[in-house]
Amino acid sequence: MSDLAVAVLSGGLSHERDISLRSGRRLSAALRSVGLTVDEWDVDSALLERLREQRPDAVVVALHGVEGEGGSLQTVLEMLDVPYVGSDSHACRRAWDKPTAKIELARAGLATPDWLVLPHSTFRELGAQPVLDAMVDRLGLPMMLKPDQSGSALGAHVVRDAADLPAAMVGCLAYGETVLAEKFIAGVEVAVVVVEGSDGPVALPAVEIEPKSGIYDYTARYTAGLTDFHTPARLTPDAAAAVADLAVAAHRLLGLRDVSRTDAIVAEDGTAYFLEAALSPGLTETSILLMAAEAAGRSLGDIYAGLVERAVARAQ
Amino acid sequence: MSLVSQPEPSGSRSLDPHLRRYAARAAGMTASEVRALFSVASRPEVVSLAGGMPNLAALPLDTLSTQVADLIRQDGMAALQYSSAHGLPELRDQIGEVMALEGISAHPDDVVVTVGSQMALDIVTRIFCDPGDVVLAEGPSYVGALGTFASYQAKVVHVAMDGDGLVPEALRAALVAAEEAGRRVKFLYTIPNFHNPAGVTLAVERRAEILEICRAHRVLVVEDNPYGLLGFDGQTYPALRSMDPDNVVYLGSFSKTFAAGLRVGWVLAPHAVREKLVLAAEAATLCPPALNQMIVSRYLATHDWQGQIKSFQTTYRERRDAMLSALEQHMPPGCSWTVPAGGFFVWMTVPDGVDTKAMLPRAVTARVAYVSGTGFYADGFGSKQMRLSFCYPTPERIQEGVRRLAAVLAAELDLANTFGPINQRAGSGPQVPGPDIA
Repeated sequence: MSDLAVAVLSGGLSHERDISLRSGRRLSAALRSVGLTVDEWDVDSALLERLREQRPDAVVVALHGVEGEGGSLQTVLEMLDVPYVGSDSHACRRAWDKPTAKIELARAGLATPDWLVLPHSTFRELGAQPVLDAMVDRLGLPMMLKPDQSGSALGAHVVRDAADLPAAMVGCLAYGETVLAEKFIAGVEVAVVVVEGSDGPVALPAVEIEPKSGIYDYTARYTAGLTDFHTPARLTPDAAAAVADLAVAAHRLLGLRDVSRTDAIVAEDGTAYFLEAALSPGLTETSILLMAAEAAGRSLGDIYAGLVERAVARAQ
Repeated sequence: MSLVSQPEPSGSRSLDPHLRRYAARAAGMTASEVRALFSVASRPEVVSLAGGMPNLAALPLDTLSTQVADLIRQDGMAALQYSSAHGLPELRDQIGEVMALEGISAHPDDVVVTVGSQMALDIVTRIFCDPGDVVLAEGPSYVGALGTFASYQAKVVHVAMDGDGLVPEALRAALVAAEEAGRRVKFLYTIPNFHNPAGVTLAVERRAEILEICRAHRVLVVEDNPYGLLGFDGQTYPALRSMDPDNVVYLGSFSKTFAAGLRVGWVLAPHAVREKLVLAAEAATLCPPALNQMIVSRYLATHDWQGQIKSFQTTYRERRDAMLSALEQHMPPGCSWTVPAGGFFVWMTVPDGVDTKAMLPRAVTARVAYVSGTGFYADGFGSKQMRLSFCYPTPERIQEGVRRLAAVLAAELDLANTFGPINQRAGSGPQVPGPDIA
């Protein structure tokens, strides 16, 4: 394994550039610690030339946001026949678009909060207030608003009062043209990392997320101390099994590969609701994956070195 | 078969074992979505109208590199050694010559050299402000100053400006209101020349009145003047310090007139205050870097630094003109902006209904960056304003950036038309009048 040369891609131009750079640095150090040769590349117009010239044994995508999770970069890597860690371009497109992912899971009979998808144009053409009123009638309050394609909770809002809905819509639509509105499910917020190995996809212990403000927004995610994490999650054995099953089912149904993170809510009645799947999970010092790995007795370097080997083997 | 790998219980954690140990003043030090977005602004694909980075292209780098090498070769034992917290005497003499250009006559002993004027601001606040004390500042004000005041838990009260800078009547009213409320106002922090972020200059005829008001209310004046020599027509204005030496603490910097990376600034203060500042500086950094002070000193002694400043003035005037022309060409009706006669910044007010902070992600997607006006108020105001910097991008990039920004604004106005005026609904409250004259 120590002969493998890996390029870690991070940065890019998405709104999550800063987080991605931090993920890339941490991942690179972890891979070096287990003996791999690692180059860290920011993604820009020199990428293709670099890939052709340097031909790394594998690429690890530590880009977050549409650049790393939307499927385009994966398409480029597939065109160039460069082995890479993570889901293929088709799966990326399926999972990155949150409504599409929810449809897939709902079709399979898995629970996901009731939802609506509405572009800005609908509000413009039909008048905002009647549509907003209908949203409240349908989903009730509180209601979650998030961009249909986004990560790190950027643009996400919990709306508790109908009067705050227009401002939340504007904040959300700053990140894209379409809003995903979800019924708010009260319960225990958890994230489950799924890692593939020789036995197929395996769920690592669920991490319970308890933001002190009550909302796991950008600030709560990336400021150490603003959120309490419980690993393993303080769930009954049945509920813990249910969220693990949910995460593995999401991984399979969406056609994901190597590694994913499913965000979910366990409602008071024990139902595990799928919220969304992350294809390039954060790897910063406050990231879920590191906690889950530690709880499973594994290191970041071990996990990703194994995934690099799988990527290289796939190409052979 | 269970799909759950067998965990080793590791329990609860907050990821920060020191959480209970932090001082109250650290409470606001959190990750921010807006700060994260600025990470993208550093990429060349993005036209950044956000940062206030000086344009260094005109500096004689070859000459400087030779001088620095000579300096280390000839005076390395001093340049690489500790020095005095007060600053090198030769440089303090030279700082006196620089300040004389704006009418200041000062003894070099009353100058304290600092690590940028940001440190000067820090030690001034440190020696004057207890938690809860009031600092008056223009609305809007320099974001770095607001951060310093917050870190000492001072309460900032903004005072209105107009196209001629700080409004004397508003200052008087703010002082009376604070006194009636039993609050201790420690000083007025003001940037009289080519204001950051507002771009306006305090009218000469207002200067004496502002000083009189502060003196009458026994409030010190902290004059921050990093841009004073960057008037586009070479014009300078009498420093407040030159008009009232006993009640003005003056902050100066070489960051805009020479090299920001050297971090050499200074504070000029009345004698008794200076004594305390030296002790505060010693506690903060022991001493400013000797090497950097010697580089600045040698530059001032051997280079036509005033000619260099003229060159900067020309460059920044061209860029200001490019920005004003682009704004005129592209911005939709309802926008207005200040017309700076010097410095780095234009302050733009956008039409009702647009929230410049909420709009920032859209702008970054369109590969243009600015700073929302909310960053320049301590109290959340400023959502209808933004700061646009013209100092760093070329005129062509400025044109392109403003063109992109206008498209972003048009899309945001479309949203505002759909959902109503967000920055009013969001409860921003009554804005402290800013300098929004066209």
